[in-house]
Parts: sequence; C-alpha cells; structure tokens
Amino acid sequence: MLETPPRHPPVPPPSRKKTRLTDKVIALVNIPLDWLEERSGLVGGVKYFLFRKVPSDINWFHTLGSATLTAFLVQAGTGVILAMYYQPSPDEAYESIRHITDEVTLGWLVRGMHRWGASVFIILMFFHMARVFLFGAYKYPRELNWIIGILLLVSGMLEGFTGYLLPWDQTAYWATVVGINLNGTGPFVGPLLAQFLRGGDEITGETLTRFYAIHMLLLPGAIFALIGLHLYLVVRLGVSSPPWSPEAAGRDRYEPEPRGPGLVRPTARGRVAR
Amino acid sequence: MEPQGEEHNAHHPSPSIWPIGFAVGVACLLVGVIVSRPATIAGAVIAVVFGFLWARDAMAAARHPTEPPVGSEPLPVDGELEDEEIANRYPRNKFLELTTLGLGGVITGIVALPVIGFAVLPAFTNQEYEGVDLGPTDNFPENEWREATFLLEPAQGEVSRRTAFVRYNGQGEDDLPSYTIISNRCVHLGCPVQASGPRNDDEAKTVKTEQAELRVTPILPANYSCPCHGGAYDTEGNRIAGPPVRAMDRYKFGIIDGHLHLLEPYSVGSVEGEGADAKLTAYGLQGPGEHVDGLEAWLYPIQPQDLR
Repeated sequence: MLETPPRHPPVPPPSRKKTRLTDKVIALVNIPLDWLEERSGLVGGVKYFLFRKVPSDINWFHTLGSATLTAFLVQAGTGVILAMYYQPSPDEAYESIRHITDEVTLGWLVRGMHRWGASVFIILMFFHMARVFLFGAYKYPRELNWIIGILLLVSGMLEGFTGYLLPWDQTAYWATVVGINLNGTGPFVGPLLAQFLRGGDEITGETLTRFYAIHMLLLPGAIFALIGLHLYLVVRLGVSSPPWSPEAAGRDRYEPEPRGPGLVRPTARGRVAR
Repeated sequence: MEPQGEEHNAHHPSPSIWPIGFAVGVACLLVGVIVSRPATIAGAVIAVVFGFLWARDAMAAARHPTEPPVGSEPLPVDGELEDEEIANRYPRNKFLELTTLGLGGVITGIVALPVIGFAVLPAFTNQEYEGVDLGPTDNFPENEWREATFLLEPAQGEVSRRTAFVRYNGQGEDDLPSYTIISNRCVHLGCPVQASGPRNDDEAKTVKTEQAELRVTPILPANYSCPCHGGAYDTEGNRIAGPPVRAMDRYKFGIIDGHLHLLEPYSVGSVEGEGADAKLTAYGLQGPGEHVDGLEAWLYPIQPQDLR
C-alpha cells in the first residue's frame, strides 16, 4: 500500500514573448541531457563526481593526482596507436620500431610521447605520493587509498619494466636480462619468478610476446581498475585539507538534503520541472 | 574522552600466553631461514600451532556465550516438527545461495585452472638443453684460450647468441682430454663477461656447424671482467672483485666424431688449482646472483629445473 506521491502542480505554459534565443539554446542543450538523466541518472552522477566540496585552502600541490591521471591517459592513448604499428616478434620488433620512428607520419612524435611520457608518469606518481605523505593525507580514514596508490605505483613501474623490452635492441635486451635476474635473486620464489617472466630458461621471442601482453593488456586493465577504486575513495572521503588548514581534515561530506537528481527532476509524465 | 566503564572494558580479550608462543615461533622461523632448515620447520610449526590457538582464543572471546534461557525445551526431533519449521531449518533461499556459489566456483575453476596452467606451465616444461657443436677439436690448441660465440637456438636468432671461453688442458691423468669451458654469463646479474687482454681478431675462424656463424677467436685473457657492475674473475672463473657471489658457470663437454660439444652448463662454488688439475665444487645450474654455498644458499631451495 504505497502512498501516491503528490503530483507537481502543472507548470503554466511559458508566454511566447519571453522566450529568447538563449533560452532556446539552453533548452536545446538540456533536452538530450534530461533524456539521459531520466533514464540513467548519469548526469547527476557526473555532477556528484565533479562538483564536490573541497577545502577552501587547497593549493596547486593538490593537482598532482590529476596530473598523474592525465599522464596515464596519454600513455594509454599513445600506446593504443603504437600497438597499431608495432609487431611483437623477435624478427620484426626492432624493425617495426624503426618504421614507427622514421617512416610513419608523426610516428616519431607519438612514440616520443609514449617514451618520455612513461618517465613523466612515474615521476608524477612520486610527486603525488610525496604530497600525500608530507601533507599527512594518508591518515585515517584514507589509509586504504594509500594502499591502492602503492599498488598503482607498483603497476606503473611494472609497465616501465615490461615496456622497456619492447624495442628489442641491445639496451632493451640487457636491461631485461639484468632486471629478470634481479627478480631471480629474490629468496625462495625468486628463481621460479624469473623462469616465469622469461617464459623458459632463456630470454626468447616468447619473453617478448609475454612482456607485450602484460604491458598492453594485463597491467593497463589493472591500472584502470585501481584508478577507479582510487577515485571512488577520493569522492567518498573528500579531499583532505593541508596541514596548516584551520579546517579539519577528513570531515564527513556535507549533504544538506537527501540528494535529488542532477540537473533536472524527472516526473512521472516525462515532463520536467526545475 | 572518558572511558565508558564496563562497556569499554568488555572489548578487551582476556590475558593470553599464545601470542608469546607465536612470536617465539616466528623468531625461530626467521633465524632458521638463515641458519638451518630444521629450525625453520620447527619455528613454522610452533608459529602455526600457537597462532591457531591464539586465533581460537580470540574468536572465543569475540563470541558472546549465550546461556540457553532457563526452562527452554530441547529441540524436537524431525518427526515432531511442523512443515513450516522444517522449511525454516532448511530455507530454500539458503540452499539456492549455496548451490549458486558452489556451482559458480566449480565452473570458474574448470575455466580458470587450464588458463592459469597455460600461462605458467610452458615456462617450466620442455626446457631440455640440446647441446652445442663447437666444431673440430683442432680449433682449440693446447693451453690457449679461445672465445667461441654461437647461437644457442639458431631459430631464435641473435637473441640466443652465447659466448664460452674454451681452453684445452691436454690429456689428463687418466688419458682423457681435459677442457676448461667457462660460460661468459656473469654470475652477478647475467651481463656478458669479456676477456680482459689482447684479442686476435685476424685469426678468428668461422666454423660451420649447426650453430650458425660459430666464431672462434684467439684471446689472451689476464682475467675476465663484466661491463655492467664491475665484477671480475680470474682465468679459472674465481671471483676476484665486484659483486658476483660465486665462480663463473662452466659447461660439461663431450667429444663426438672429433667435434667438441658443449653439454649442460653447471654452477661452480669455487675453483682450486688450474687447468686439468683444477678441483672445483660443482652444483646444478643456478641463476645469476644466487649463492650455491654458504648460508645464503638456503634462500634458494627450489630451482626451476627441480620441477621438471
């Protein structure tokens, strides 16, 4: 026996004289957004994600996380394009890299972005981590987000390790020899881990394809998932204040009313009221 | 913040001796890892037993022991239950929940296990070492070093190029030929070790065997040294400087139809003496950086080749 919610009073028809061009434009933008919101709630969700309360005294250091995310998205985007030209076989890999760098239009640029962007990504991760550490932003209730951040750091460095082999030149080969053997010196499981990474007793073409698959399928998926969790916790817990702030860090998110939908409030008839 | 009296105290577990035993076990295990295997096992056993007892203690404290209310009747046996009560004891949704989880687990296992096996096992199976034909023994005159580079697996191309330093020591005591054959893989982290000394490229020979482009170059090494991290070895392969943890690996050899063949490589603890008279402690092949003797050798109990 549910109580029927009271209907909204009918909206009086707007007088035509007052309809101006800007209103028309706004309506034109809002109609598809309202359509989407009514069926998915996505517009409200995006608003909830983006228009959050943040402490009034945050500064530029708080942008390092977004910068890291941007660097990762650059890596993902350029990586997809590079994968269209790169061939992960021992006979073709070096030649295809040369082809990308020397012959494909703007290939030098995209490969350069990916190559230098990798360092940028790692460096920004460390800067972001330093900010979180020095501001004490890892403290309660954000410990879990620190742990997820560490997993992201490890995944990012594994991306660097696996990506380094792909050019398949002398630097790549010997760096990977040393890197895998470093893993091999780990106690107890080290030798088995090294064997798994090599895909056998020796570094061969199978090592290359293995690193390629890990580099472009396994780790990016893991990183995207971890970034999702990372951001979820940021939105849930809010941005922490700097240490010198008079505002308390880690306050509950202020929610005045039970949250309504985003831009618009859909009604039963499909009519929208503001 | 005032403590909340009884309620505050209620969460403290009662004093327990088990954590102390657990700590002793862990300490014993960690010491044992370095010192001896039996101590490791004993420590592990102590830690597991006391850890279990501790956990059981903690669980018991967490559970609220509820006395059965005075005068409550014992549960009736099945026959006396009403249908509804039977239905409540074995609720259908509980059954469906468990079967869904169970079947889902079985299906996941059936799908995932072969995939995981496919990802992991090929690295550990079919890794037989085939041996390398280094060409006629004439190429290796007595008491002279030769650097032989060859393709371990010609199908893999340059990436499988390996180098061995070969010296024929003449006939040994038992009239069998003696060779010192040292792998150039640095036992620090696997970089290519070079001969420090003159190198006669003019007299290098290209020998036709199955190993495409086998090259044999005369060298006169004072010692061997590694470009990566400064490891250095004497001509018998003993470490003389830098980070390596043992002597250089060697190859077993055989002579088949007048050709010198490299057989399986093996690891060496240290070498005493020289040439045909050298006495060495041989171990199964280990990865670079792994100790073969001393206490640190306990850190590497399982080698990939043990699993074949």
